[in-house]
Amino acid sequence: MTEYLLSVWHDGDVDTINVSDEDTQRMYAQVDTFNTKLQSDGRWVFAGGLTAPSSATVVSPSGELTDGPFAESKEQIGGFWVIRASDLDEALALAREAAKACEGKVEVRAFQGA
Amino acid sequence: MSTAQLDERIERIVRDEFGRVVAALARRFGDLDVAEEAGQEALVSAMERWPTDGIPPNPGAWLTTTATRKAIDVLRREQHRGAKQQAAQAMLSPTARVTAGVVDERPDAPADDGPVADDRLRLIFTCCHPALAEPARVALTLRLLGGLTVPEIAAAFLVPERTMAQRITRAKRKIAEARIPFRVPQASDLSERLAGVLTVLFLGYNEAYLPHGPELRIDLAAEVIRLSRQLVELLPDEPEPRGLLALLLLSEARRPARFAVDGTLVRLDEQDRTRWNAELIAQGHALVRRCLEQNRPGRYQLLAAINAVHTDAATAADTDWRQIVTLYDQLLTRLDTPVVRLNRAVAVAEIAGPLPALELVDALADRLDGYHAFHATRADLLRRLGRTAPAVKEYDRAIETADNAGERAYLTRLRNSLRPRGG
Repeated sequence: MTEYLLSVWHDGDVDTINVSDEDTQRMYAQVDTFNTKLQSDGRWVFAGGLTAPSSATVVSPSGELTDGPFAESKEQIGGFWVIRASDLDEALALAREAAKACEGKVEVRAFQGA
Repeated sequence: MSTAQLDERIERIVRDEFGRVVAALARRFGDLDVAEEAGQEALVSAMERWPTDGIPPNPGAWLTTTATRKAIDVLRREQHRGAKQQAAQAMLSPTARVTAGVVDERPDAPADDGPVADDRLRLIFTCCHPALAEPARVALTLRLLGGLTVPEIAAAFLVPERTMAQRITRAKRKIAEARIPFRVPQASDLSERLAGVLTVLFLGYNEAYLPHGPELRIDLAAEVIRLSRQLVELLPDEPEPRGLLALLLLSEARRPARFAVDGTLVRLDEQDRTRWNAELIAQGHALVRRCLEQNRPGRYQLLAAINAVHTDAATAADTDWRQIVTLYDQLLTRLDTPVVRLNRAVAVAEIAGPLPALELVDALADRLDGYHAFHATRADLLRRLGRTAPAVKEYDRAIETADNAGERAYLTRLRNSLRPRGG
């Protein structure tokens, strides 16, 4: 089994866009269902949603602090799963479900080691 | 047999066997790099020894044995790279195990590998995995299954050797790191994944068919056809690989007539049909008949059938255009793209005349503007309608957008026939 990071990427401005409660609630419910499935299938390692990118702080090796997210790109990470899968095909199948559940693009990357 | 003939025969055998050897090693040792390196070393050994020792009675077995020995050497050399072996091991864990340089074969691998279990087939699906970028899929397939060298592939796709080497290395690394599996997809995924494999072969052949560079590369076409033949043998119950092979053979059959001595493209209706390769046409037609018997049409089978109608006509005037339009209509239900619509319009022009065809073509303008075949077709229809000025303008646009020198020469000739030179 390999562990994979499924990270959710969305428009960094998404927290300023008017997301109606109904949409958010639907998405939460979908993600909940998916999480339950991951847990019952033994695929779940960890998962979580992040606060707005604008609330991030970057720390440099020298200790210097910078306000805001590290990547200056428009797309920002909004949350992630760490899952267990036997190979990329399995991981991609789960990522498809994840992307559908959270209604956003999901990047799949294997962790180093076995 | 002369030395040159012997060398040629050896090279052909070695190329034919290369994919099988690499695929067997990939399964056994769980590492594409090791498999490729050992396969290459065995190939070099064969080239060195066979000309003097003679070709062994079972060249495939000789190559596999030699390559296996080389692979064990490679793994011993790399023993200190424990992490690499671990990573490699994960790819093939169900069928192979490599522990501290000791090779532990698992010939009794579980048979849960999908419907077919030929190593080459596994390797094709690995090389053509949808998680790899398309150019990498084509390059990797030609390298690992076709046995083409990196410089050969680089030359075929007109990219610098270093770029091609990096593309292949990067793809192999992704296969290992992301754990792209080495197996034939389950029956439920097979047709979707197979479509990806066929696309790779089709793209490879297209590159050979109408190269964007200065010269034709006949070898690449032959290699892709050879791989397509293998795929038909490996998946005899699937009709689409057979359709693709028929399509490639019927295209290849027309190659001798496709370019004039000066390199100018010769259009299908102006080709000297006696120069078509009758043997390839017979093979292609037999494959199309077999597809019809199977009666599970798909896009490549329909494209092959369209080509079969063309190659069945003794002269361009004998072409059964109604049949071609019917086949395009069937194709559109599976593959509704602007290019298919454009080609259908060409056939419609032969039945209903240029005006209705032009209407069909004009409807595609916003999606095909900048595509040379769109402008060439439109120019041709305008010319046939006697609309000289717009036709000239359209030919100019076609010449501007065509990559291939022979095609540009052909279009220039047509444009100049409408307008005196310099006019």
